[in-house]
Amino acid sequence: MIDYVIANENVILAALSQHIMLALVPIVLGALIALPIGFLAVRYGWLYHPLLNVSGLLYSIPSLALFLIIPGIIGTKILSPINIIVALTVYTVALLVRVVADGLRSVDGIVTQAASAMGYRRIRRFFEVELPIALPVMLAGLRVATVANISLVSVGALIGVGGLGALFTRGLQLRYLDPIIVGIVLSVLLAVLCDLVIVLVQRRLTPWTRVKGRS
Amino acid sequence: MITFDGVSKVFPDGTVAVDDLHLELPTGKITVFVGPSGCGKTTSLRMINRMVEPTSGEILIDGVPVTTQDEALLRRGIGYVIQHAGLFPHRTIVENIGTVQRLTGVGRKAARATAIDLLRRVGLSESLADKYPVQLSGGQQQRVGVARALAADPPVMLMDEPFSAVDPIVREGLQAEFLRLQAELGKTIAFVTHDIDEAIKLGDMVAVFREGGHLAQFGSPQELLEKPANDFVADFVGRDRGFRSLSFDSADELVIDSVASVSTGGEILVLDDAGRPVGWAGPGLGDTSAPIPHGGTFTRGDSLRLVTDLAISSPVGIAVQVDVDGAAVGVIRHTSLVRQLDERRRRRAEPTA
Repeated sequence: MIDYVIANENVILAALSQHIMLALVPIVLGALIALPIGFLAVRYGWLYHPLLNVSGLLYSIPSLALFLIIPGIIGTKILSPINIIVALTVYTVALLVRVVADGLRSVDGIVTQAASAMGYRRIRRFFEVELPIALPVMLAGLRVATVANISLVSVGALIGVGGLGALFTRGLQLRYLDPIIVGIVLSVLLAVLCDLVIVLVQRRLTPWTRVKGRS
Repeated sequence: MITFDGVSKVFPDGTVAVDDLHLELPTGKITVFVGPSGCGKTTSLRMINRMVEPTSGEILIDGVPVTTQDEALLRRGIGYVIQHAGLFPHRTIVENIGTVQRLTGVGRKAARATAIDLLRRVGLSESLADKYPVQLSGGQQQRVGVARALAADPPVMLMDEPFSAVDPIVREGLQAEFLRLQAELGKTIAFVTHDIDEAIKLGDMVAVFREGGHLAQFGSPQELLEKPANDFVADFVGRDRGFRSLSFDSADELVIDSVASVSTGGEILVLDDAGRPVGWAGPGLGDTSAPIPHGGTFTRGDSLRLVTDLAISSPVGIAVQVDVDGAAVGVIRHTSLVRQLDERRRRRAEPTA
């Protein structure tokens, strides 16, 4: 095992860095896209159910199928990493729209009204009042999306672009267990690490959620 | 001065919330909007800072129509306190209090200094400064709500049932504190409540609303109690309004009997060495060495209501007046009090020349 890692250090590192890129770029893009959509779903109540149904439907598309149809839709090459990034962005958006909407809906109407009555304008109110208060719910959703993405990237190996997933396909082809174990271990470590980072960020950004209430 | 000039509000579903309201809220005074739920009192309040826009008519603050002013800027100049305080859960107490100051560009340090000063003014400890709202009791949160509304020193304050969600004892404390603060600050305040007792207690002027957004009466608390404009107001202010209206008159005009006069009834007012009343003794009462408590005394300047209450609740039907040192100076029997109240009523009923 150690021998395998030493001998293939470069291959493993390349797979790992590709995996990180393929998992995390969609998280950032997805969050940026989901935020305004989630906001609209709350701002205009009649949009809430249609938007959430559509995003639920998107999430139910099998990942491999999505990886395969995307080149046809956006005209990329079948082996392009962009396919994976687009597909995972779609999943992230699908997952986060609900989270953003529910997070924003969890903000007490009394608090937003008080903010308006103090003289907050709409946009500033969103960034300084609604968004911070919704943050705990949103970050909880972000943890789920991040871990899901890290595991989904591996599926991309079946179409040739899969980060650590490439180690699985190689192991299968060679009937050799070492790359598979290394791939699993690194994938799990990456998921745990990213999760930990989000938890730490959350602790830093939402100190009020950790104080003890009076009752 | 806040002026309602023929203001109406009809909601899209056709509900008339406020119907042709004409009202003037005097500068530096507390005007209470009171009435049953659905009478338009809160809608009227919220039209002042444009949280609700009137369907017709105009609201003016010191002669300037509110609709000509930028919404956000207008609101930053009007303090706003609501039920349950509505504090920002993600901000510390000083950050909450400094909200409007930060909006208007005051620096963090200056806002903090003002906030800590206000924290003390509303009767809270400085140690709460960096806590979060969830760590405070309901009453403390409500005080912070008042401090937050005061932070930018707005001339006008709107208060929407600010003390309704706390228990009665806490509410009494908040009301007393609020009146003390207002005596210092002299803000122009519009105050909404459904509690007529709170209206009478806090209001310099009281506007009684009735269903359909009609103004049933506008007057001082005393006018409301003594001369209700119609059955609705009479009913709303309650059955014991006669008794409560005694709050507005001083007991100083009462004819008080000497302390010695009590012995004619067989009761003995037991005094201590300094002449302060200790309690009552006599047949059916306590021994002079263990008198039964007198239940309270009054001094110059107390209200007729207090004296009447003391006379009725006293074990011997006698209210005791004391001087500033607490020494007994006179007594009044409830029989004498009733006669004097009757004379007072007759005097008032006579047409004034």
